[in-house]
Amino acid sequence: MNYRIIKRTLGWLLLFETAFFCVPIVTALVYGEKEIYHFLFTMAGTALLGGLCLIGKPKDDKIFAKEGIVITASSWILLSLFGAIPLYTTGGYPTYIDALFETVSGFTTTGSSVLSSDVVASLPKCILMWRSFTHWIGGMGVLVFIMVFLPLCGGGRNMNIMKAESPGPSVGKLLPKMRSTARVLYLIYTSLTVLEFVMLVFDMPVFDAINASFATAGTGGFSIRADGFAGYSSYSQIVVTVFMVLFSVNFASYFFILCGKWKEAFTTEVRTFLIIVLSAITLITLNLTLSNVLVVGEAIKHSAFSVSSIISTTGFVTENFDMWPAFSKTVLVLCMFIGACAGSTGGGIKVSRLVIMFKGVRHETQRLLHPKQIKKITMDGKVVEHETVRSVNNYLIAFIFIFVLSLLVISLDGQDLVTNFTAVSATINNIGPGLGVVGPVGNFGDFSILSKVVFIFDMLIGRLEIFPMILLFAPSTWRK
Amino acid sequence: MKIIIIGCGRVGRTLAQSLTDDGNEVTVIDADPDKVKRVTARCDVMGITGNGATHTVQREAGIETADLMIAVTSSDELNLLCCLVAKKESDCQTIARVKNPEYSEDAPYLKDELGLAMVINPEYESAEEIARLLRFPLATKIEPFAKGKIELIKFRLPKGNEIIGMSVKEVIQKYNSDLLICTIEREEESYIANGDFVFEEKDIISIVATPKNAYEFFDNIKCKGHTIKNTLIVGGGVITHYLCEILEKSHISLTVIEKDLKRCEELSSRWPKVKVIHGDSADHDLLLEEGVDSCGAFVSLSDLDEENVLLSLFAKGEGCQKTVTKVNRTDYDGLLSQLELEESVCPRSITSDRILRYVRATENAVGSNVETLYNIIPGEVEAAEFIVRENSPIVGIPLSKLKFKKDVLISAITRGKETIVPRGNNTIEVGDYVVIVSKHIGLCDIAEVLR
Repeated sequence: MNYRIIKRTLGWLLLFETAFFCVPIVTALVYGEKEIYHFLFTMAGTALLGGLCLIGKPKDDKIFAKEGIVITASSWILLSLFGAIPLYTTGGYPTYIDALFETVSGFTTTGSSVLSSDVVASLPKCILMWRSFTHWIGGMGVLVFIMVFLPLCGGGRNMNIMKAESPGPSVGKLLPKMRSTARVLYLIYTSLTVLEFVMLVFDMPVFDAINASFATAGTGGFSIRADGFAGYSSYSQIVVTVFMVLFSVNFASYFFILCGKWKEAFTTEVRTFLIIVLSAITLITLNLTLSNVLVVGEAIKHSAFSVSSIISTTGFVTENFDMWPAFSKTVLVLCMFIGACAGSTGGGIKVSRLVIMFKGVRHETQRLLHPKQIKKITMDGKVVEHETVRSVNNYLIAFIFIFVLSLLVISLDGQDLVTNFTAVSATINNIGPGLGVVGPVGNFGDFSILSKVVFIFDMLIGRLEIFPMILLFAPSTWRK
Repeated sequence: MKIIIIGCGRVGRTLAQSLTDDGNEVTVIDADPDKVKRVTARCDVMGITGNGATHTVQREAGIETADLMIAVTSSDELNLLCCLVAKKESDCQTIARVKNPEYSEDAPYLKDELGLAMVINPEYESAEEIARLLRFPLATKIEPFAKGKIELIKFRLPKGNEIIGMSVKEVIQKYNSDLLICTIEREEESYIANGDFVFEEKDIISIVATPKNAYEFFDNIKCKGHTIKNTLIVGGGVITHYLCEILEKSHISLTVIEKDLKRCEELSSRWPKVKVIHGDSADHDLLLEEGVDSCGAFVSLSDLDEENVLLSLFAKGEGCQKTVTKVNRTDYDGLLSQLELEESVCPRSITSDRILRYVRATENAVGSNVETLYNIIPGEVEAAEFIVRENSPIVGIPLSKLKFKKDVLISAITRGKETIVPRGNNTIEVGDYVVIVSKHIGLCDIAEVLR
């Protein structure tokens, strides 16, 4: 294990976090809030510690898969530990664990809160801005962000970090150079965010527009008003609906569109994703109108918003879907697990994994009929390597294990099964709201400290796609 | 530059590494996904799995915007086809590796008619390198600069030589030699020589000099055995074929030992002057019978690295002064040096060196550009030859007044027919060929050596 390069990378991470704190500090300056000192103190801390970590040059900058995984997992933990400090010291959150829950929820773009929405609305503006900004950084990945500015380590070994941080079964580059790939990704990401901000700023205050854009871009879902998104005009709701879908499409597609390769842009995954979104909206709209909950126009608008919000794993709310008929709620819960496309900012199991699993099952049935048949799973005309299929299957198995284990621990708190099930699902899939106590109008504040720690772990596991977090705590990673 | 490399074998991998280290955007293509993975895991390159000779795969790799395409798969025909397809699609430059001697004879035709920028034959290049070593047996490596007018010669200081214990300055004064001592390698460390450096036993020294001056120098310091009369070669492969061709007209007589009877017959009919022995090279008695203990040089060119190393060690033990060993893996260079077998050739390194040299030379079409490039110590010290163009900041100023970076040595200046071994009062003029030895890998412009 190359400890020096890990220390160095974490040092850079802390220095970048120091820079991230400028965003809430500027907000505090604009609104003249006294909470600025809490951010300044934390900033001094991260700057000092980061600087100390950079002392001494590593002997070699080689990192292998092992170091990549350790760097990624520990970066996200460290980032959250320090990010939570100002939330705790300003007094808005009862315990440090609550503040940490909120910060992890921000960086992993979950958007679950331990505070009720009324309390959130009364938080200082700089705190609100920091929460939203963590979504934006966490969405595309903090280490990828650092790679835009710094060559983290030599050669192609950066790929080991990118692989651990980017969602999806197989991660590829868009351009030959790691740094240019990171740049292109952040360029697309920033442009889309700015575009959304411009479209929203006509219709809502500037502060709200910035927060909404950050939260949508990262598919996070922290809202800053007591009534969530219900209070904004239909125009804003529609804009956000569209952008939530846009941010859950694989960013490689935008790159191909920019290159004029439209055919390559609409991959099987993207097409499947759009079909799932449209069918879920149709089913819920039909269910809502037929059971006379809403009139057609309203039903389309709210079901579209809720489906995009849940499947993109954002978690914004316009309607309390906890009151909807059971069928609609079930469709939404299914959308929770499907999640967004690989290579987007969204969470969940990812559409590409589902497509591969579905094709795998179809293969298996074919093999039962023709035991000696040799056939490879293909996607977009390319063979999906056996290794990828295997890793997708193991991912699902690990996902279920952790899900069940978390459910078991959470149930100690004595909440009902729907609450527990959707709470774990909302955190591990990085969505935000669930049903029941953690529903659109509820929050996670009533859970015990132990449950909150489990949720924190689930959110990180969901964002980093399970294995980095498990390996960080596995003894075999650290054994010589 | 945007570069596409087709074929991720040994050469492809080495090239991908060196070219990305130089800051190029590299995309690699190979049909075997495992090989692609091996490269993308180590270097910052994009990997594509597929047949590099197909139009679709090349387009996926971005052939339209590429500046250079290098085809180094194991098949000559595939390499040529890759170049042809690439040429149709874009106006990039193309380099193909062509091994088969039959095609190699066509190399000039291929270059002109198919529009290839470079046809590289690793085996031929290796044979040339071996031939140079045989002509100058004291050297472990010889590289020609300024179209062969000066040579960079690397040699190991023999035991008990009289210059051991003397400093660089004293050696130059005592023998009044017109040559430059560039680098010294001592126990895996390398040093750029300054005047006060004192020689020790077993040092490996690199010098820059005209062949005549180098010859005199070796005479003066009483290094024995600088001509070879007969050479024993083990293995009758393609390199041997080329070696026979190159050395045919020289005074060196060749003996080749080869296991395969058919191959023996082929060699013998093609090169009647060469003594071809049919037999197993692992047979001690056969080697002794053919005079391994008395031959001027022993060259092991079998397919197996291990066998080559063993045979060379055996020949050394029997008292052969000069051995040349072919190795395919470069990872164990340090080991060979410990065994005092540094006179080795590696076709893969030679191929990638030649291609790198070409890439760097084309990179800088303006200003002073790299004409030739030579790894004195791979990854540590490079010798680069530049042509000085107008507007260069170093023109006309005495060398002692120029502020060079650390570990930079102006080794030779060639002006017209004259070659100068530079001293402090010399100047560099427009049109000069300047050889610079430095620890700064990847120099592209002569101005980069200044502080």
